[in-house]
Amino acid sequence: MKKIDTRVWLLIIAATAFMALAYLPTIIREGDVVFALTDVFLYESMINGLLLGGVLALLSLGLNLIFGVIDVVWICYAEIVMLGMYGIYYFHNVFGLPLLVAMPIGILITAAIGYGVHKLVIQHLIDSAPINQLLATGGLLFFFQSAATLAFGIEFHNIGVSLGSFPLTQDIFISWSRLAAFCISALAVGCLYLFLTKTFAGTAIRAISQDREIMTLMGVKQGALYLKTSAIGGGLAGLAGCLLVLQYDIHPFIGLSFGPITFMICVLGGLGNMLGGFVAAFIFSELIALGGYHFDLEWGYVFAFVFFIAMMFIRPEGIFGKRS
Amino acid sequence: MLTLSNVDAGYGSFQALFGATLEVNAGEAVAVIGPNGAGKTTLMRVISGLIPARAGAMSMEGVDLTATPPHQIIELGIAHVPENRRLFPRMTVEDNLRMGAYMPAARSNFENRRDFVYELFPRMKERRHQLAGTMSGGEQQMCAIGRALMSEPKLLLLDEPSAGLAPVIVQRIFELVGQIRAEGLTVLIVEQNVQQVLKVVDRAYVLEAGSIRMSGSAKELAESEDVRRLYMGL
Amino acid sequence: MNSLTLPVALAGILVVVSLIGVPPYPLHIMIVIMIWSFTYTGWSLMGRFGLVSLGHGAFMGMGAYVTALLWNYGGLTPWLGIPIALCAAALLAVIVGYPCFKFKITGHYFALVTLALTEVVRQTVIATRDHTGGSLGFTPTPKGNDGASSLMSLQFDDKETYFLIAVGVWLVGLMIWRMIDRSMMRYALEAIGEDEDSAAAAGINVTREKLKITVLSAVMTAFGGIMYLQYQLFISPDTVGGIGISLQIVFAVVAGGIYTQLGPTFGAVVTLLLAEILRVYIGTDAVGLDNAIYGIALVLFIIFLPRGLLGSLEARLFGRT
Repeated sequence: MKKIDTRVWLLIIAATAFMALAYLPTIIREGDVVFALTDVFLYESMINGLLLGGVLALLSLGLNLIFGVIDVVWICYAEIVMLGMYGIYYFHNVFGLPLLVAMPIGILITAAIGYGVHKLVIQHLIDSAPINQLLATGGLLFFFQSAATLAFGIEFHNIGVSLGSFPLTQDIFISWSRLAAFCISALAVGCLYLFLTKTFAGTAIRAISQDREIMTLMGVKQGALYLKTSAIGGGLAGLAGCLLVLQYDIHPFIGLSFGPITFMICVLGGLGNMLGGFVAAFIFSELIALGGYHFDLEWGYVFAFVFFIAMMFIRPEGIFGKRS
Repeated sequence: MLTLSNVDAGYGSFQALFGATLEVNAGEAVAVIGPNGAGKTTLMRVISGLIPARAGAMSMEGVDLTATPPHQIIELGIAHVPENRRLFPRMTVEDNLRMGAYMPAARSNFENRRDFVYELFPRMKERRHQLAGTMSGGEQQMCAIGRALMSEPKLLLLDEPSAGLAPVIVQRIFELVGQIRAEGLTVLIVEQNVQQVLKVVDRAYVLEAGSIRMSGSAKELAESEDVRRLYMGL
Repeated sequence: MNSLTLPVALAGILVVVSLIGVPPYPLHIMIVIMIWSFTYTGWSLMGRFGLVSLGHGAFMGMGAYVTALLWNYGGLTPWLGIPIALCAAALLAVIVGYPCFKFKITGHYFALVTLALTEVVRQTVIATRDHTGGSLGFTPTPKGNDGASSLMSLQFDDKETYFLIAVGVWLVGLMIWRMIDRSMMRYALEAIGEDEDSAAAAGINVTREKLKITVLSAVMTAFGGIMYLQYQLFISPDTVGGIGISLQIVFAVVAGGIYTQLGPTFGAVVTLLLAEILRVYIGTDAVGLDNAIYGIALVLFIIFLPRGLLGSLEARLFGRT
C-alpha cells in the first residue's frame, strides 16, 4: 500500500505545481484571478507544451527501449538525434533531395549508427560494469559532437522549411510543425506498442529483458536481438530528429539542450519503463512550458529540474519504476 | 534419437559432468535420477546448448549437437523446460507461449499449436492473459511445459518438473507427462523425486557426482536395493 | 606508488624549476594542469568506489560562481567567499546525495541524476543572466578597481605565485587521497561498492559513508573551480559547468587511472597537453578534433584499458589487482 501512497503524493504535487505555475504568477502580478484563468496565451503555451511533450515522449521511448532491453544507457542518444538532423540537412539542403526523401534517409542513418554503437562498443562491454558502458557512450558523445563540428562547423544550420501556423481559436496560434511532430510521435508510439506486443520480434525484445539466459532455448540469438533493438532505438532517434529539424536550428551541441531533459524524463518515469517515460515527458514539458511562459525559458527548465530533485526525495525510482 | 558419448561439462574450473554416456530412443521416456548436485541440470544444459560440452560427442537424430549453435538446437526438435520453470514473469501466459513458437518454422503454426496446448492445459486457457509470474507453482510448470511444446519438438527435456511443488500437483504434472508421451513425444526427465518419476518412464540412469553409475529399465531400478535405499528412503 | 615521496619530489622539482624561471606560456600550462589535477583527484575519490558522478561540473560551477558573485556584488573577499562557496557545494552534495543514497540509487540512475544536477546549475546560471552574465560568462572584479590588495582579492600579478599555490593545493589533494586510501572509510566504501546489503549487515552506515565521500569530493571539486576562477579570471557555464566539463573530468581520470594516486594527475597531463598540441599545430581547423580524439580514446580506454594508462602500467609492473 505504501507504494501507491507515494505515487499519489507525487501526482498531487505535480498537479499542484502545475496549477501554481500556471495561474499563480499572473494572479500575483495582475491581482486578477479571472484574468489568470482566461489568459489565452497561457493556454496557447500549455498546448505548445503538450505538443513538445510528444517529441520528448518519443525521445524517451527510444532511450527506455534500449535500457529496458539491453540494460545500457546511451548517454550519446541526443547526439544520435543531432546526427540524424545533420543527415537530413545534408541530403535535403546540400544534396538537393526532397525533404520526404531526406528524412527516411536520416532515419536509416541513425538506425545504422544505433546498430554500430552496439556492435562496435556495447558488445565489447556487455559484461562490464554498467558504469563502463555509460562512460563509453559518454566517449561517443564527445566523438559525435566533434565529428559534427568537423564536418559541418559550429554555425547554426536550418533546413529552411517553415510550415507556418494556423489559428486554433481567434487568439491561439498553433505551429503546424509542432502539431505534425506531436501527431507523428503519437503514431510512432502506437506503432512501437503494436510492434512490441503483437509481433514475434517485439515479444522477444520484451522477453529478453526479463530472462536473457534462456532465450537461446527458444531459438533467439541474443546478440542479433540486441542489434535489432539498437537499430530500432537509433531509428527512433532519427525520427525524433526529423520532427525536431522542422522546428529548430541544427548545431553540433544541440544534443545538450534536450539530452539531459530526456534522461530526467526517463528517470522520472522509471528507467526502462516506457509508459512511465511517456507520462513523465508530458509532465516535464508542461513544467517547462509554464515556467517559460511566465519567466525566461531557462527558468522553465529550472522548475522542471527542481521538480525532478523533489521527486527524488519522494519516489526516487520513478513513477513506474521498481525498487531494486 | 539422442546420443551422448563421454560428455564432459562444467562451470569455470569446476567440472560437473564426467564422461556422461546415455541414449534416448524415439518414443521412449527416460529419466536421469540422482542426488542434489549430481550434475543433472548440467546434463540438461549441455544438451540444449546453454553450456558447451568440453569433451565428448552428442547427437540428435544423427546431427552433431556440439557443432550446432545453441539457438539452432531447437530447430533439431529439442525443447528444454528449464529448472525452476523460467517463465517470463511480466509477460502473459499467451505471450510466453508465443515465445515458445519463436522459431521460424513454428511461427506459421502458432495458432494451431497454441490451441493444442490450451486443450492439453485448460487452466492455461483460462489464464491466457494473466501475467505468468503471478501464477502458482503448478500452473507455472504447466505453462513452461506448454511453452516448450509450442515448437512441436520431438524430444522434450524436463528439468526437475516436480521441484517446489506440492505432492498433489506433482502427481498431476507426471500425469501430464504421460499424456504428452501419448502424443508421441520422446521425453528425457531429470528428477529428484525418484518414486514418482520411475512410474512414468521406461528406463532410467542414475547420475552421481557427475558420472552415470547405473542404468536399467524403470522396473529394475525401482526394485533395485541400492536405489530403494539411497533415493526412496526404503 | 601510493606514498607521497614521488609527488613531493616532483613538487620540489617543479618549485625549483619555477623559481629558476620558466617562460609564461609553459608556466601557464603547468598551472592549468595542476588545477585540473587537483579537481580530477577530487572526482576520483568518488569514482574509485563506484560512485561515478557525471555532474561534478555542478560543484565546480557552484564553487566558482558563488565566490565570484560574493566578490563582485558583496565585496566579500574570497577568504570569506571561498568557505561560503564550499559550504554551498557541500550542501548541494547533501541535498542530492542524501535521497540517492538513502533510496539506494546507484549505477545508471545515480549517474543520470548527477547529470541532471549539472544541467540545473548550468540553467540556473543562464536564467539569472542579469546577475551572472549567463552564457556570456562572468568576470570577477579586478583588484585594481577596488584598490584591494592581491592577498585580499586572491588575484596575483605574477604567474609564479599562482603556480606555487597550485602545486601546494595539488599536494594537499594527494594527501587527502592518501588519507582516504589508508582509512577505514576506504574499506567501508569498497565493501559498499561490492555488496551494499552485506556491508549494511556488517554494520556499515552505508548512507553516511557515501555522503561523507561525496561531500569531500564535491568540496574538492568546488575548490578546483574556485582556483580556476581566481587564475583565469573568467568563468562561464560551459567552462566550469555543463556535461562537457563533467565528461572531461571522467575521461581524464579514466585515461590516467581511476584507482591510483597519480592517475588523475597523469590524465590531466595527457589530456591538456594533447589539447595544446592540437591547438598549436592544427590551429582553429582543429576545433572539434581534440574532442573527437578524446571521444574515441575514451571508448578505446574503457574497452581495452579500463584501469587507465597509469593503472595498467602499475598493474603490469607491480602486479597489483
